[in-house]
Amino acid sequence: MDSVKVRVKDLDVYYQKFQALHKVNVDIEENKVTALIGPSGCGKSTFLRSLNRLNELIEGTITEGMVIIDGVNIYDYGTDVVQLRKKVGIVFQKPSAFPMSIYENVAYGPRIHGINKKIELDEIVERSLRQANLWDEVKDRLKSSALRLSGGQQQRLVIARVLSVNPEIILMDEPASALDPISTAKLEDLIAELKGNYTIVIVTHNMQQAARVSDYTAFFLNGHLIEFQPTARLFVNPRDKRTEDYITGRFG
Amino acid sequence: MTTRVASLGSYNQHGKRGFAIRLRKEAAVERLLLLSALVSTLAIILIILFICSKGVPLIARVGLGGFLFSNTWNPLAGQFGIATMVVGSLAVTFGALAWGVPLGMILAIFLAELAPPRVAAVMNSMIELLAGIPSVVYGFFGLVVIVPFIRVHIGGPGFSILAGAIILGIMILPTIVNIARDAIKAVPREYKEGSLALGATNWQTVTRIILPTARPGIIAAIVLGMGRAVGETMAVVLVTGNVTRMPDSILAPVRTMTSNVVLEMGYASGEHQMALFATGTVLFMFILGLNLAVTASMKARD
Repeated sequence: MDSVKVRVKDLDVYYQKFQALHKVNVDIEENKVTALIGPSGCGKSTFLRSLNRLNELIEGTITEGMVIIDGVNIYDYGTDVVQLRKKVGIVFQKPSAFPMSIYENVAYGPRIHGINKKIELDEIVERSLRQANLWDEVKDRLKSSALRLSGGQQQRLVIARVLSVNPEIILMDEPASALDPISTAKLEDLIAELKGNYTIVIVTHNMQQAARVSDYTAFFLNGHLIEFQPTARLFVNPRDKRTEDYITGRFG
Repeated sequence: MTTRVASLGSYNQHGKRGFAIRLRKEAAVERLLLLSALVSTLAIILIILFICSKGVPLIARVGLGGFLFSNTWNPLAGQFGIATMVVGSLAVTFGALAWGVPLGMILAIFLAELAPPRVAAVMNSMIELLAGIPSVVYGFFGLVVIVPFIRVHIGGPGFSILAGAIILGIMILPTIVNIARDAIKAVPREYKEGSLALGATNWQTVTRIILPTARPGIIAAIVLGMGRAVGETMAVVLVTGNVTRMPDSILAPVRTMTSNVVLEMGYASGEHQMALFATGTVLFMFILGLNLAVTASMKARD
C-alpha cells in the first residue's frame, strides 16, 4: 500500500507582499516521483523550496500552513533545519559543483556532519558516485577539479553530493534544463533507478519529461495547485480545462 | 514589399557619406584613447627611470648589502645605512596588518553575508568615508589621542611602532573591506545554497565554501592593504617619532622609509639626496613586488 511521505496543508508563501502560493494542499507518496509542472512564475519552484525551508534564505519570505514530513510539521518552532536539510536534499537547475576536487565535493556533506575517517569517507564517496552513475567516468581522477566535468557530469556529481548524506527525499529544480539531450537521458535513467529508495519531487518545464519520469504530476498556475493526479491520468484525461489547455500547448 | 526596397535604397544613399564620417570619428577616438594609455604608461616608465637613475649609483657605491643592512644613517658623515628604516617600515606595516586584516575580514564577511541591507548600506558609506579622510588628519588624530594614550597607559615615549600600527590599521580598512567584500559577494549563490541545502550551518558554509572560493580576492585585498600601509607617509611621520635607531620593542620610536624621504628631502643635496632617492628605489621595488604578487594570485584563480 502506498504511504504518504510529505503532507502539505494550506500552504501560503509570500515574498514581501506578493503571494506566490495560495492554500496548496497535496500528499506526496513515499518512494515515488512527483513532477511539478506549470508556466514560469506559477509557484512550482517556490513550492519545491518550501519542502526544505530554503525559501527563508530570501529576505522577506513568509510561510503559512504546514508541511508535514513523516508526521512532523517542519515549520514548527524548534525544527532543526540542519537535520531537515540533510533529510531533504535539493538539486538546482544550474549544475554547480563546488570549486574543489570531485572527491571533496562528495565528501563535503559527510564531513560537515562529523565524519572524518578516511576509510568511511572513501566508502561514502564511492557508494554515492556509483549510485549517481558517475563512478566509472571519474574513478581515475577523483582528485582533479570538479569544475572540469561537463554540465551533465556536474549535475550527477551534485546528485552524488546529495546522496552522500543519506537523504530520504530528493528535490530537483529543473535539473535537466541546462543539459544536452544525452545528459538529460542519463539523468532521467538515474531518476528511475533512484525512485525505489527515495521520494523524488521534480520541477520541470518539459512535459514529455514529466510524463516519462513521474508517477504523479501536479499542475500549478498563478500560485494555485490546479490539479494533482497520477501522471498517466493527468496527461490522458485531465479533469480541469486549464490543465488540458496547458498540456496541449495552448498557453504557457 | 516595394516600400521596403525603396527605404533600403534611400538608407544606402544617405548612409555612404555618413558611413565615411563615422569611420573617421571612430579612428580619431581610437587614437585619442591610445594616446592617453601611452601617456600614463610613459609617466610610470619615466618615474621608474628617474628614481633609479638618481638612487642606483649610490647603492652601487655603498653596496646593496651595506645600504640595506647597515644601521648607521649619518648623511653628513657619508654613512648611508637604512636597515633601521626597513625594519621600521616592516614593523608598522605588519603591526597594522596584524589587527587590520582580521577586523577587515570580519567586517567584509558581515557586510557581504549577514548584514541586513539597510545596515550594510550605512556601514558601506561609513567605510567609504574612512577612505576619504586625508592622511594628515589621521596623523593628527594619532598625535593628540593615541600617542598620549600610549605614553600614559602603556609606557614608552608614546611615539612608537604601536601608534603607527594602530593608525595604519584603521587606514587600510577601506581597502581590505571593499575588495574582500566584493570577492565574497562574487561567490555564486548556488555554492552557498548548495552547501546550506546539505545541512551545513552558516558558519560552515562561510569557512568551508565561501572563503576558499573567494581566496584570490581576499589575498589581493590583504596585499593591496599592505601596499597602502608601506607607502603611507604623513600619518606615520606624525606618530612614530622618526629616530634612526633599531627599535627594541613595539613601544620604541622608529623611522620608516617614507618618513625618511619626506623629512630630509627639503634640505638634502648631493650624495645625501641620492641616498633618499635610493630609499625611494627600495620602497618602489617593495611595492612592485607586492603588485606582482597580487597579479600572480589573481591568475591563480583561473
